[in-house]
Amino acid sequence: MINAWWIIGGVLFVLLNTAAGLIWLERRMLALWQDRYGPNRAGPFGLFIVLADTLKLFFKEDWIPPFADKVVFVFAPAVVVASVLMSFVIVPFAPNIVVADLNIGILFFLAMSSLGVYSIVLGGWASNNKYALLGAMRGASQMISYEVFMGLALMGVVVLSGSFNLREIVEAQRTVWFIVPQLLGFLIFMVAGIAETHRLPFDIPEAESELVAGFHSEYSGMKFGMFFIGEYLGVTLISAMVVTLYFGGWLGPAFLPPVVWFAVKTFAFISLFILLRASMPRPRYDQLMEYGWKVLFPLSLLNLWVTAAIKLWLVSK
Amino acid sequence: MFSLLRSMWLVFLHMFHKRDTYQYPEQKAPLPARWRGRIALTRDPDGDERCVGCYLCAAACPVDCISLQATEDEHGRRYPEFFRINFSRCIFCGFCEEACPTYAIQLLPDFEMAEYDRQNLVYEKHDLLIPSQGKYPGYNYYKIAGLAIKNKDKGEAEQEEPPVDIKSLLP
Repeated sequence: MINAWWIIGGVLFVLLNTAAGLIWLERRMLALWQDRYGPNRAGPFGLFIVLADTLKLFFKEDWIPPFADKVVFVFAPAVVVASVLMSFVIVPFAPNIVVADLNIGILFFLAMSSLGVYSIVLGGWASNNKYALLGAMRGASQMISYEVFMGLALMGVVVLSGSFNLREIVEAQRTVWFIVPQLLGFLIFMVAGIAETHRLPFDIPEAESELVAGFHSEYSGMKFGMFFIGEYLGVTLISAMVVTLYFGGWLGPAFLPPVVWFAVKTFAFISLFILLRASMPRPRYDQLMEYGWKVLFPLSLLNLWVTAAIKLWLVSK
Repeated sequence: MFSLLRSMWLVFLHMFHKRDTYQYPEQKAPLPARWRGRIALTRDPDGDERCVGCYLCAAACPVDCISLQATEDEHGRRYPEFFRINFSRCIFCGFCEEACPTYAIQLLPDFEMAEYDRQNLVYEKHDLLIPSQGKYPGYNYYKIAGLAIKNKDKGEAEQEEPPVDIKSLLP
């Protein structure tokens, strides 16, 4: 077993750099799908755009509006990054690279991703701005309702593997990845995951064409940067969770080490997130809620019932 | 649902399309000949200034960025004493070119005029004059106009009859 501090440091280092690198990756990928080049001037392949962007954010005026609730306003951006980083604690990157091998892994993930909603609500509320408040309200209702069947969709995996522990869930996929028996669950989890990270097409809390910038309208400088990094970390988290739960985590042919398999799969899903952003229109707010409660919620319940019934039938045989 | 997947696939295929971007400083976009860019004062085929200082360009200019002073040489040929265009004001509308009766003022396909000092955007006559006839080669105003100048008397212009002697009785 590797020293826990090395794992924590390594995970933090990799994640924060991934989140920063995603600034570059997303812009290059979006450009690729829009017949452009994207940032390609600063450094090799334009990689230093990350540095330039970060420096720019640091030198922006870090302004707190005089009408804002100062303490909450400063506190809110930290919540999103902290809660997402906490979620990574239970992600098994390889058989022995996991920060905390919790036996309630999935529940911890759900709890932490629910805490993320606080940053949106508090940020929007403390801004004391009507657009920020509208964005926060949308964010709260979207994330709370999609949280419900995100959890229900996950239960299918839990039923099949018989464990909340992510490492055991990955081990249970040795014969067949859970994408095969849990295709419906995967699709629902994916949709809920996009809504959970409020990425496009479900970026309704931000919706820059309607709400200026939604809940972070009043944020500038590095406080805005925190929301930004939190969003990219969220994308990485959901990709990592999809890989762990449905695509066999670190499992893969032996010619590559487990960590590399995990990274490759996660990268594929991050790219899918960016492709979604490049191709999808944003649904209306009420359509989103309707779709969630009237379609995805019954479907995820059905998925759970059918999975549980089959599992019981198999066990009783 | 199918249409969403289809649009995702179509967007994905754009990966293999040709890029639309011009890598600007190295690779320049082809500018059409009538591109309205930097303003220049052209010369006639003899290499003399075409501008006759009629002020029509200054009058047509919607932002008043052209200023000039007409004067005349000893042979009666008019030319601008100074000619000044403030490019920090110019909107490149091309009205001056349209107004010019002698094809003197012309807009060229060139937009790379950035300066660090604002004052450098005020172009004087020697900045504006180019040793070229621009878009109208072969046009020489004084060869066509009936005005008498040096080396060309009344009736000696192209397509001009000699002046009629209105005092003579002969038909």
